[in-house]
Amino acid sequence: MQKIFPILFFSLITLVSCGTDNDDKVSESIVTFNFNHNWDGSTVTNTNFSTIQYTNANGEELSITKLRYLISNITFQKSDGETFVLNGYNLVDVTNNTNLSFSPTTTIPKGSYSKVSFTFGFNNEDNYNNNYPDLNAASWSVPALLGGGYHYMQLEGRFINNITTQTGYVYHTIRAVDNSGATPTFQDTFFEVDLGEVTITNNATFEINMNIAEWFKNPNTWDLNTLNNMLMPNFNAQMMMFQNGQDVFSLSAVNQ
Amino acid sequence: MLKWTPYYILLFFVCLSCSNESVDEYVPTPSPLQIPQLFQDNILAPVIPTNNPQTVEGIALGKKLFSDPILSADNSQACVNCHAPENAFTDPDRFSDGIDGLLGNRNSMPLFNLAWNYDEKFFWDGRVFSLEHQAFQPVTDPLEMHNTWAQVEQRLQQHIEYPNLFERAFGTSTIDSTLVTKAIAQFERTLISSNSKFDKYLLGEVTLTPQELNGFNVFMDETKGDCFHCHGSDKNPLWTDNIFHNNGLDATITDLGLGKVTGDPADNGKFKSPSLRNLAFTAPYMHDGRFATLDEVINHYSEGLQNSPTIDPLMKKVDQGGVQLSTQDKADLKAFLLTLSDYHFIDNN
Repeated sequence: MQKIFPILFFSLITLVSCGTDNDDKVSESIVTFNFNHNWDGSTVTNTNFSTIQYTNANGEELSITKLRYLISNITFQKSDGETFVLNGYNLVDVTNNTNLSFSPTTTIPKGSYSKVSFTFGFNNEDNYNNNYPDLNAASWSVPALLGGGYHYMQLEGRFINNITTQTGYVYHTIRAVDNSGATPTFQDTFFEVDLGEVTITNNATFEINMNIAEWFKNPNTWDLNTLNNMLMPNFNAQMMMFQNGQDVFSLSAVNQ
Repeated sequence: MLKWTPYYILLFFVCLSCSNESVDEYVPTPSPLQIPQLFQDNILAPVIPTNNPQTVEGIALGKKLFSDPILSADNSQACVNCHAPENAFTDPDRFSDGIDGLLGNRNSMPLFNLAWNYDEKFFWDGRVFSLEHQAFQPVTDPLEMHNTWAQVEQRLQQHIEYPNLFERAFGTSTIDSTLVTKAIAQFERTLISSNSKFDKYLLGEVTLTPQELNGFNVFMDETKGDCFHCHGSDKNPLWTDNIFHNNGLDATITDLGLGKVTGDPADNGKFKSPSLRNLAFTAPYMHDGRFATLDEVINHYSEGLQNSPTIDPLMKKVDQGGVQLSTQDKADLKAFLLTLSDYHFIDNN
């Protein structure tokens, strides 16, 4: 019987050591980002797609048939400058109702953060320095003629034009490129979405909203009659999209 | 120490008994798909169901079944009759005739790179999920093999070879339709096309002519062909998005396509984008085989688009009939498209 004591003792130590690991994890939080969509306050899901029922700032009635976009670099920053960048990126696909919720694999320490943010699209390092099989398989890449990399957003649908005919629109955002000269000129169009200060006390779920109407509204009132297609190589259109995108996202709640 | 001896003996027999069990269980020979370099580098892994792994014996059985008219009611038609290797596993007919001489209403689809259809929706209208389930349909379709699965199972069971082949492929000589479709699916997943001239160009093994290069640019230029949004690119070697689109064939839609499957009018007239690989072997084109030549296909996108309530927004300049390519750009685009044809695939299957 005495021979069993060392085994019991060793087992006890092992169990205690496991318990200590659990204590460590308690100070870390899992964060989840839910992506919700609306048109000036009216909820938009893929069940609302394909019916002309929205009116943009320029007065055109339109439908949505496709909406997907890329977010990356979710960052938690403390007031002392310490930052935690969460692994991964997420291709939100409203059309297929997939990836509307994103839980990065990395956790963050509980505490107060002076700024939480994510990048709409990819920064240039992520856009050009990596090959992403999942994004390639989703036909998300940008032609080398336009500098390569990846789309940031694909928004498509139909609108009633100024001669009351239904016409398609294809509102795709990429890094702006001007190919008119001897060498292409680029302008960054990814942008940081600042979600503000957040104190993390537990596992947390961020409710992010995209107001799709904002893409057509401010500061550029978007005229679909003139800008409805072939916008990827249109430098000025890309810059206008970039400007309009600044107020598209908001944070409605952090549930924890 | 001696008092532990019985326990050691017991442990020895426990291990021995485990070992015996694993030796007795028959396991067919694994045969993982050979993933082409460009696929490995650029896109996600193929879809292989966990309950139907690729095996040497399963693939061989599937290949034999694919070519055997035993699946049809009158023993006159095999899968391969409408899916011939020399045509990249389609046939040259607009519509294929079944055993009763009746024509189908869709063009026979070519078969390759099927394991990379990530959504696993098969047929032009996506009505079937998974390659295994797809194989059920042609056998009983009155316009195709017009058989019953009960009869197929009975014939195979009484066949001089098949019970043994199923035993080797699946560990049972009791044949049922599920195992038949599993074997066919395993074979179909081995039909991988990845050795076209353009593949070799991307791998640095050959060069393209100036005409072919300009054709690729037309393909990738949103102000010209803008083909890449639906048909892949140098980053997507499948040359399809495997998604369903209305590409402006008709102003009035009679074949609802995906719309008949989903019941959603917004899906009316949508059909799966076919891969642009192997176009040299797969005429005629479109879901209904209406275009006999590639020139007709290119002319359709350039000048022939028809507006309808569900036409895809990616079909641009519909009011002008399409993207209005120049004669030279059309010729160059065609030259590029033909670089996607894989003669190695045709010759080795």
